Amino acid sequence: MRATRTHRAPPFPPTDPSPILALQRNDAPPEQQEIAITASDPAQSLGGTPSAGTATPAVELRGITKRFPGVVANHDIDITVARGTVHALMGENGAGKSTLMKILYGMQRPDEGTIAIDGELVEFHTPGDAIARGIGMVHQHFMLADNLTVWENVVLGGEKLHGMGAKAKAKIKEISDQYGLGVRPDVLVEDLGVAERQRVEILKVLYRGARILILDEPTAVLVPHEVEALFANLRDLKSEGVTVIFISHKLHEVLSVADAISVIRRGTTVGDADPANVTARQLAEMMVGAELPSPVSRESTVTEVEMLKVDGLRIAKADIEGIERVVLDDISLTIHKGEILGIAGVEGNGQAELVEAIMGMLPPDAGTVTLDGTDLSGTLTRARREAGIGYIPEDRHKHGLLLEAPLWENRMLGHVTESPNSKGFLLDPAGARKDTLRIVAEYDVRTPGIEVTAASLSGGNQQKLIIGREMSHQPKLLIAAHPTRGVDVGAQAQIWDQIRSAQREGLAVLLISADLDELIGLSDTIRVIYRGRLVADADPATVTAEDLGTAMTGAAAGHIESEPEAVAEAAEIAAEGTEAEAGADAPADAAPTDTAVDDPQAGE
Amino acid sequence: MTSPNPAKRTLAQRFDTERIALGLAAPLLAVLLSVVICSILLLTSGRDPFKAFNVMFTYGTASDGQVLILNRATTYYLAAVAAAFGFRMNLFNIGVEGQYRIAALFAAYVGAQLNLPSFIQIPLLLITAMLAGGIWASIAGVLKVYRGVSEVISTIMLNAISLAVVGLLLVPGIFAPKVSSTSNSVQTDPISASSHFFSINTAGGVLWGFIVVAVIVGVGFQLTLSRTRFGFDLRATGRSESAAAASGVNVKKMVLTSMAVSGALAGLIGMPDLLQNSYNYGTSFQQGLGFTGIAIALLGRNSPIGIVFSALLFAFMDVTAVQLPLQGDFPQEIVQVMQGTIVICVVVAYELVRRYGLKRQQQKVGAELAAQAAAAAKKEVTA
Repeated sequence: MRATRTHRAPPFPPTDPSPILALQRNDAPPEQQEIAITASDPAQSLGGTPSAGTATPAVELRGITKRFPGVVANHDIDITVARGTVHALMGENGAGKSTLMKILYGMQRPDEGTIAIDGELVEFHTPGDAIARGIGMVHQHFMLADNLTVWENVVLGGEKLHGMGAKAKAKIKEISDQYGLGVRPDVLVEDLGVAERQRVEILKVLYRGARILILDEPTAVLVPHEVEALFANLRDLKSEGVTVIFISHKLHEVLSVADAISVIRRGTTVGDADPANVTARQLAEMMVGAELPSPVSRESTVTEVEMLKVDGLRIAKADIEGIERVVLDDISLTIHKGEILGIAGVEGNGQAELVEAIMGMLPPDAGTVTLDGTDLSGTLTRARREAGIGYIPEDRHKHGLLLEAPLWENRMLGHVTESPNSKGFLLDPAGARKDTLRIVAEYDVRTPGIEVTAASLSGGNQQKLIIGREMSHQPKLLIAAHPTRGVDVGAQAQIWDQIRSAQREGLAVLLISADLDELIGLSDTIRVIYRGRLVADADPATVTAEDLGTAMTGAAAGHIESEPEAVAEAAEIAAEGTEAEAGADAPADAAPTDTAVDDPQAGE
Repeated sequence: MTSPNPAKRTLAQRFDTERIALGLAAPLLAVLLSVVICSILLLTSGRDPFKAFNVMFTYGTASDGQVLILNRATTYYLAAVAAAFGFRMNLFNIGVEGQYRIAALFAAYVGAQLNLPSFIQIPLLLITAMLAGGIWASIAGVLKVYRGVSEVISTIMLNAISLAVVGLLLVPGIFAPKVSSTSNSVQTDPISASSHFFSINTAGGVLWGFIVVAVIVGVGFQLTLSRTRFGFDLRATGRSESAAAASGVNVKKMVLTSMAVSGALAGLIGMPDLLQNSYNYGTSFQQGLGFTGIAIALLGRNSPIGIVFSALLFAFMDVTAVQLPLQGDFPQEIVQVMQGTIVICVVVAYELVRRYGLKRQQQKVGAELAAQAAAAAKKEVTA
């Protein structure tokens, strides 16, 4: 899917001003700021919805509880969605959003609680029942037949509605025009980009008469300008009276599009918020229920010793149509002992290939990789790992774990040639088990034992196990690709701590992250990758997330430095966020003792 | 993990009863289901199923039947291990059939040409067979690694080609003796007497000494899988090729090696028959063992121990089936129906059991963690 996107639709034109951080910031000083967090009272949650026309809410969930053996997925959930609004449902991964939506869409039945649609109590047994009541769902993973055209896909399964001929096509055209979806009915779905496919999915749902639309993390697969376009579509839908339930955990997006927000934590609603009076930070804190850890890297530990040197790396791949595409072009970088080098970039601009080339998983067409003075070019992955490269992969299920193997076997993965996992050509299961217990204890992996499969751990605990494993072999270089992705906030802070303490001990780190705050907070140096080239660099102390975001679109090159005022301002806002938590009456200028430029929340 | 030294597991921990129960449930259910299906088939054709099973069971427990079963199981075990070796890393070597055919031909030829002392001759023949099988299988391995040809396709094709190769070589003047014999069948010269493998005379007949080789192969397979780095790489690749590659496994090399080893093991399949029974390779040499081996490997879940039981079961069914038409009017083919249904049922059942086991464990872990958290919270409150 990603390949399709990158070669068919370039991320966005270089002239496009950065839409990445189109967040709405509340600049009001804290004492004037009304914190819009209310108890989950349905009456109040309607307050901030400008287009709440009618009194009967479109969807009303009351006391929804759903238990699975051993787990309560949802517990006493109350949500009221007003008609003709975009209602965001927020929560961390695993907070119970998906289960709730499955209940609303009839895929699962609640153990307790009621669902009311347009004021009428309903009971859904199958998604068919939900569709009949005008509820439609757009899944995160599209369900389209690639080899059929758009209109065939839309009509498929709904042949009885408007037939399969001209009438159906006319209806599709009509819906597309009415909501400004711009769908071309006669194009093959395989020729469409991700954003267009998503619009087809939306159209498919509307074609079946949906008036309530559930979008499950719709922006996860989109690049920033596509996100903007989607939001424009959502506003059109809203103005036509369609109700949209928008699931996301991206704060900025929710703030920019939603009329009302409900936050779910640990399976229950913790409150509603009005996007007009709430800051991203407050929302985040509602989601995680605690003060956010911030990835601040303290005093510099960068030394003069070169640890990793990549020189002139170039990879060209032929794409599906046989056209050669350069994915990495003349990449040169150096990471010193004790340095964290952050790579910023929109996903799909060559980050994954850069990592794989350094790991020896992808043979480069040109260029060298030198680790601690040893030339590793042309060596195999295992030799590179033995030479001291630790690897936290971007996709831990695909590259980091054997999901159906017990934890202690996963501890061997990637280091099977090294002690304590093996002696000569023979494995040492006892040694590996013992060391796995150590990792479980030291890295706080929450598990009942080491004989359970990796698949039965939560994402954060899987990641902690991987980090523990990679840190246990005295790495000289750690490649951390999105180390905190899909990880709960508690584990996130631990992971940052571990990376920082390893850095103090002289580790060189290549950090790749989509979270600009994480990048700015952790890195000593930042390089920006765009279409396979390192186009810009920045000092995290003097750059804001906005300017970094602009550079990621290819609009800026060379050394980027934000205006000192902007950096300071961003820092102040971040400080204000923390104070809002501490107490609203604290004076704004009594900022924490950290130097303003160091603040990781710059750009919030 | 309550034991004082958790790295050393107690016997009880080693034998996780639930896991064993889950593991046994699938094959037992499959066998039961196939017995039921076959009973219905027999009933509809007006025959008494219990009598049929009784005939099989009686012969299977007689000593001559038992020796035959063990001899048959020896061959089946080798065939299944050859297939299982590839299966363990998701390499579907469907070409076991062709590999053992080529191997047996070459071993028979070498055995007929040379007459060295037994302690050199027999290992030499075994090595010849393994080399021939391994090289034949490597063709598929090389094609997969360097040309991306699916090993399923190439090994099936190689099966057909192996038939032609045998046909080409097994002609008078090349591998078959120059003077055509009186019978219609074509075969190599008999192997020299020093090539004959030892056997054990029992009350029930001659037990093939090759069973020792099968045991050695089984033990070796198990140790390789669970105790060597190579075995870990093999299993890792089978579980997730992408994760294995990222961990440093050279997947290309693994494919080449595994294909060669699988072929080499396949080379041994024809050896019990060649060195203990027929003493030559010809048109009447036992066929179809490769495919039987694949079925047995599936039933035995590609595990060296599981295959022991599935090989014995298949051998039992095949050997006792011969008695069915002799002792009553039962069609022998009913056993093939049984074997077929067992394999189909077991493949489905294993997948169901696997998913159920994973889900169950996830829930168990979730529940245990929740209990731990609750206990910790309680402690905090009381403290």
